[in-house]
Amino acid sequence: MSIRSGGKAVIAGIGQTEFSKNSGRSELQLCCEAIKLSLDDAGLVPADIDGLTTFTIDNNEDVDIVRSMGIKNLRFSSRSPHGGGGSIGTIAHAMAAVESGLANVVVCYRAMNERSEARFGIAHMEPNSNSTGSGSGFLEWSMPYGAMTPAAWTGVQAQRYMDRYGLTNADFAPISVQLRSNASTNPLAWYFEKPITIDDHQNSRWIVDPVFRLLDCCQESDGGVAILVTTEERAKDLRQIPVRIDHATQSVPFETETVTNFYHSDLTVFDSGVHSGAELFGRTGLTPADIQVGMLYDHFTIAVFWHLESMGFCKPGEASDFIKDGHLALDGSIPLSPNGGLIGEAYIHGMNLATEAVRQIRGTASNQVDNVEHALLAAGMSGAILGRC
Amino acid sequence: MSNEEFRMERPQPLPSRNSAFYWEGAERGEFLGQRCGDCKTFRHPPRPMCPKCQSVHQEIIPLSGRGVVYSYMFPVHPQMPMFEYPLCCVLVDLDEGIRIFSNLYECDRADVKIGIPVEVFFEKTKGDKAVPVFRPAKEASK
Ligand SMILES: [Zn+2]
Repeated sequence: MSIRSGGKAVIAGIGQTEFSKNSGRSELQLCCEAIKLSLDDAGLVPADIDGLTTFTIDNNEDVDIVRSMGIKNLRFSSRSPHGGGGSIGTIAHAMAAVESGLANVVVCYRAMNERSEARFGIAHMEPNSNSTGSGSGFLEWSMPYGAMTPAAWTGVQAQRYMDRYGLTNADFAPISVQLRSNASTNPLAWYFEKPITIDDHQNSRWIVDPVFRLLDCCQESDGGVAILVTTEERAKDLRQIPVRIDHATQSVPFETETVTNFYHSDLTVFDSGVHSGAELFGRTGLTPADIQVGMLYDHFTIAVFWHLESMGFCKPGEASDFIKDGHLALDGSIPLSPNGGLIGEAYIHGMNLATEAVRQIRGTASNQVDNVEHALLAAGMSGAILGRC
Repeated sequence: MSNEEFRMERPQPLPSRNSAFYWEGAERGEFLGQRCGDCKTFRHPPRPMCPKCQSVHQEIIPLSGRGVVYSYMFPVHPQMPMFEYPLCCVLVDLDEGIRIFSNLYECDRADVKIGIPVEVFFEKTKGDKAVPVFRPAKEASK
């Protein structure tokens, strides 16, 4: 028998701070508060944590969390790549650590003052924590040409897709309207009680002409999120009914880059989504028809189109019609981010999509979808399918 | 040069050890590419090993400077004092089969389209460096 063996990984706790535009406290404090809330949710204490994992562009170091929270000793610590596209990679790492027996209670975290401190939406010209270790060539290959924001880098990929399928920016409006509608009935959302119309979307100013208007972009937010992963065995005597991790994966296809994804042969195809989708559905034996909630990374509206097509919810080029047919509504065939997503709820770099997926499976969400057996977390270069135990 | 003029210049590239040849060539007004010394496959961005045959032998050779627009966009917000707007950013598929990110000049907004043939020229940056940029080609690309 191996000296390393765990048990089946589950999510036993979630925590999140309020989401705001100015938290009024340090990123480390947001981080510790979110982790503490995930422990309270699970019914555990800091000494129970023996693993931590986050992803690039998080300023919170494990040693500072350990000493702030009174964690006794970590046996596992990791930081996965790819920024928000890799956000769900934290769940893959936690799952791997728990199931191999490297650790028993691993917390995935992400905390940031992304609105009140280092904003993503400003021009990036110098190497800094926003540009290191994420597999993006933007500083070298885009910056000297005046493309300095995620909207610009994503916009040039989106334009090729729009041209191929004859779409205009107006075709993106239904995504923003749906997500803001969802957020309007979610008290945790920054845009609670603030829905928008198609006209609002079309009257918002250009960020990248002719691709993205302001209301195609996710928010910039302050806040912290934590997801607590342990074994099914350990979770038995904890506070919550655990949520199963059916599978979680990362994806780095040939010639795919983080954000500045310019180089693979056909940019109308979302390569990382194709691969992560094939891995998730292939391993679990599930199909898109088995998914009741789609938490699809929406840093920009186009990303929802890309996820729908690459992961098999519709065929290439059909996303626009699929969306207009109402499939993403709360009562549709694949409800999109009922919390309002990164556009409507907050942008905690993708991790607030994971807390909502857990709530949807527990049956405790504000905009609760009926009978959720499986939720899909899709962020391109990482993804997971969560299920009800 | 006054501080004011200096501040308004295009930012200079930040080369890596693997890409230094590209930017050093641009500084001399040469548009250089990297291809495998064995199987002759071009690659961009530059890298130390051929992804097709794993050879580390590389050749740095002049590129045709000709290609077609693969995609484009105009960044509107935020705007930088060192660029003139409207600013057209493009992905160009070069005749050699590689794709690069750049700017397109000397082209009316309405004429910027996917598939139009373009040719290279150079624009100066801060620090007396230069970067390859594009304009509509006088003759059609191959
Ligand atoms: Zn070769």
